[in-house]
This record gives sequence, C-alpha cells and structure tokens, in this order.
Amino acid sequence: MRTEERSNFLRVEALAKAFPGAPVPVFDAVNFDIAQGEFVCIIGHSGCGKTTILNVLAGLESASGGHVFMDQREVAGPSLDRGVVFQGHALMPWLSVRRNIAFAVRSKWPTWTRAQVDEHVTRYVGMVGLAAAIDKKPHELSGGMKQRVGIARAFAIQPRMLLLDEPFGALDALTRGTIQDELLRICAETHQTVFMITHDVDEAILLADRILLMSNGPQARVAEIVVNTMPRDRARATLHHDPQYYRIRNHLVDFLVARSATLSHGRAPEHPPLVTPGLDAPPAGEPAGTDAEVIPLPPRRTA
Amino acid sequence: MASADRTLRLKAALLSLLLLALMLGVWHLATLQAAPAPAAAKAPALTAEQIEYAKLMGKDPGGAAGGAAEVKKSGFPNLAQMATTIARHLAEPFYDRGPNDKGIGLQLAYSLGRVALGYLIAAAVAIPLGFVIGMSPLAYRALDPFIQVLKPISPLAWMPLALYTIKDSSISGIFVIFICSVWPMLINTAFGVAGVRREWLNVARTLEVKPLRRAFEVILPAAAPTILTGMRISMGIAWLVIVAAEMLVGGTGIGYFVWNEWNNLSLPNVIFAVLVIGLVGMALDALFARAQKAVTYAD
Repeated sequence: MRTEERSNFLRVEALAKAFPGAPVPVFDAVNFDIAQGEFVCIIGHSGCGKTTILNVLAGLESASGGHVFMDQREVAGPSLDRGVVFQGHALMPWLSVRRNIAFAVRSKWPTWTRAQVDEHVTRYVGMVGLAAAIDKKPHELSGGMKQRVGIARAFAIQPRMLLLDEPFGALDALTRGTIQDELLRICAETHQTVFMITHDVDEAILLADRILLMSNGPQARVAEIVVNTMPRDRARATLHHDPQYYRIRNHLVDFLVARSATLSHGRAPEHPPLVTPGLDAPPAGEPAGTDAEVIPLPPRRTA
Repeated sequence: MASADRTLRLKAALLSLLLLALMLGVWHLATLQAAPAPAAAKAPALTAEQIEYAKLMGKDPGGAAGGAAEVKKSGFPNLAQMATTIARHLAEPFYDRGPNDKGIGLQLAYSLGRVALGYLIAAAVAIPLGFVIGMSPLAYRALDPFIQVLKPISPLAWMPLALYTIKDSSISGIFVIFICSVWPMLINTAFGVAGVRREWLNVARTLEVKPLRRAFEVILPAAAPTILTGMRISMGIAWLVIVAAEMLVGGTGIGYFVWNEWNNLSLPNVIFAVLVIGLVGMALDALFARAQKAVTYAD
C-alpha cells in the first residue's frame, strides 16, 4: 500500500503547542507522517492535545513550534485541500441538507452552474444514504444522520486529505457501527487520505492502517505508532474472530491504561517507534507475554 | 393535545370578549350617571349673557335638551357618541380641510411615513455598524462608552438640539425616530454577530469562504433572529416616540391630531386616536413577529 515517495504526503515535524500563561507546553516534539491513501487514527486521553493537532493540520490554529508539510509545502491557514468533519456536526441549522452541502460545493467550484452543483450534491448525499432526507433541515435529522451530512459535506469538496475530529463520539453504538462501515466503504472507493481522532479502540482497529498513540499531557508526544497488521478488507462483523485483533486491542488498552501516564512530561521518545503487536519480538528486559503477547480473551464472557 | 389546545383557545377568546363587555358596561354606566345631572342643573340656569356667549361660539343654546347635548359633547362621551365618532372617522379617513382638519388616515400616513424614514435610516446605520462592533473587539471597546452614554438619553431630549441645527420640524421628528431606534438595533446586531458559533465560522474558514460571502451567507443568517429582535424593539420604541414627538413638533401626524383634539376638548376624537395608535402599534409588532419567525431556525 505505502511506497517511499508517497510516505511523506503529510509530514509533522517537532510540533508543539504552549498556551499563553502555561509553564509547560501541552505537547511538544510531535513527529509523524501520513502516506497518501492512508487512514491514520490518533488515540490518547483527553487533554493531550489531539484536537489541537487536528486544528493545526486543518490550519484553524497555529502551533507554537514545529511545522506541518503537505506535499512538501508548509501548511499555513485553512485550505480546501483539507476537509474537516467537526466533533459537533457544525451544520448550518438554517439551511437544508442540500443547501448545507451546496454551500461547500460552491466554495470549491464557484463557477459551477446551479445544475452542476445540485447534481454533485445529490451524488454525495446519496453516497451517505440520505437521499430521502435531502431537503430536510438539520433539526429534523437524528444525530447519526447529521454526522453523515457532515461527512458528505467534507467528501463533497474532494479534499486531498480528510480530518475527522471524533466524528462518532456522540452517537449510540448501533448508529456508530453503521456509519463506520459507510466510512470504510467510501474511503476504500475514493482512496481518501484520512487523519482521525477517536477515543474508541475498536473503531481505530477497524478503520486505521496505523494508530498513533499519544501519551498524556503536559508535554504529550506521539509515543508509539501501532501498525494495523490485519487485512485491509476487514469488516466489523468478523473483526473479533481474528486472534490478531485481540493482540492489537490489548496493546492499545494497555497503553491507555498504564503507559500513557508514565510517558507524560516529555518522557516519551521524540521519534515514535513502529510496533506490530503480536508480531514483534518482546522488548529486551521485559518478560514475554506482558504486553502484546497476551492470550486473547473474548471481550465478554456470558453464560 | 390538539383538542385541548383548541378548547383553551376558545375559553381564552370567550374570556376576552367577557372582559371587553365588562369594560364597555362600566363605561356605559359611568357616562349614563354623569350626563343628566349637570344638564338638568345647568339648562334652566342659563342667563342672557350665557346664551349670547353660546351664540357667539356658534352653538345653539335653545332648550334644555340642546344644552345637555352640548355639555356631553365636550365631556366624556357615552358609547353611542363614541360609536358615531368612530363611524364618522372611518367613513372618511382621508379628507383634508386645511392644516387643522385632516382625516385620521392622512394623519396616520404622516406618522407612519416619518417612522419608516427614521427607522430605515437607523437600520442602515445600526446594522452595518453592529456588524463591525460584533466582529471587532477593538471597535466594541472603543465605541462602548459612547453607546452606554447615548443609549439612555430620552429621544425627546434631543428635540431642541435637532430643531436648532436642522431648523425643520418635520426632519427633526424623523431625527428623533432615528436616534431612538438606532440603539436596540445596534446593540442586538453586535450581540448577535459576536455570538455566531465558532464552528460555523470554522466551517467557512476551512472552505476558504471570502469575507463578504461569509458575512452574508454565514453571519447574517446566524445572527438574524437576534437582529430582528432588536428591530422589533426599535419599532416599538419608535411608535411610542412618534406620538410624543409630533405633539411637540406639531403640524401633522397622529400625535399632533391627539394634541389638537385635546385643545378642541373633543374627548371622543382623542379616545378614537388612542385606539388607533394602539391598533397600529399592534399591527407593526405582529409584522415584525412574523418576520422574526421567518428567520428563526431550530437548532
């Protein structure tokens, strides 16, 4: 999937953010890169600056140190090249679904005729399965439908990179599952490059090619990059039958429960190592089977 | 639910009608008792000089009944007199028989014209300025002391200054309307614009929306309900102030009509004008309520 020349499509170098008045930065020395067509999730506890990193990538916020390059050009300010799906759907409540998306489409292609815009809007609304609700206002839609409109709006401008800030956080598990499947399908169809924040370990394993693990703040860093070694055509329904799933899952949960705290205050490495849970040799000095080698257990044991 | 709502509305309407009947009944009884007493006492006591005087004033002093009618005309009218007054005005609302005798419709048109002009100028100033204040914290801080001092000044207090500098009573009236309508619109626009949700602005930023398009397609619709609330308050104040302003300035308008009829001691006309002022105010408010409803969005 990844080749050398595409691997630095997006490059983040020594990114740091210190809020005025705070003695230590929230995060410093954040380094990672994303290849074209890759789906990357970032996981970490609240307050480690995930949303700030995403906002810097979007160009909505400026970092206090470090650089972000997309295609060898430094990111300075928002651009139509990067589409954002916001945490709260951020739809304009006075516009219908159609006109919300048309607003974005007209921003990208201002010279298009009304018919062209409408055809494009209809296609993307259909893509997220909301064709029947196209002329409804956001308040007439459920939370999941609103978030779908947000996703359709971001895809409709055909950005080179998609940034998702915990898009399914407010949804119930069933709705979340359906939209995750949709997102997976659309990303596979469009070869979209995605950077996504999530709190949900399973969601990360389902969607991401690589998972960035962030240590706790202050002085948070990307401590580790977990490579998702499961086949890319994975599906939500069969995911948990693969023993590799539990190796990755346990690794992520262990990190969040224990190591993310011990690696705060800049104790994490500046350049995160790539790990492949279950396939790595156990690190020297650590007994085997503590971390990635644990025997998989089913998530719930019911009678 | 719907039927419960309907019965409630029906009950309320019945109660309103009952209250109206009660008020009219009190009015009727009050004027019934007051009328015959002075007429009976005064009619026979008319001296030759008084009859002469009455004739000089163009009134017919003949007989007790005539005298009673005269007394009642300048006093508080009873319901029947009120009804004839209303019918007379409504039958011919637009007549014009010189500067002190114009139809109620004509007087209203003068007032509404002044209000509309002053109000539109105020909107043209307040809404763009409110946008600037709402978007720029610097402008907000710089202009805030002026707004705070100017806002509580009674619009009529500006009248002498307006009359002196403008030297035209009609334009001074318009100026007073302008100055009283400008503040609620200005403050509400600034408040609405400053309160536009950050996420909508961020959407506009990530879509590289140009400032003018952002102002008209994001900020204006987002702040429209707040702006219209300000416009509605302004219209209410303007309609209150126009009556007082026209009483001071004179010449034309519903306020001048009230003052003129007071000088004529024609209470039926005054009462009729008061009713008209109330009804027009209600209509204006309903108009803005409808506009407000049109721009309000459910979130």
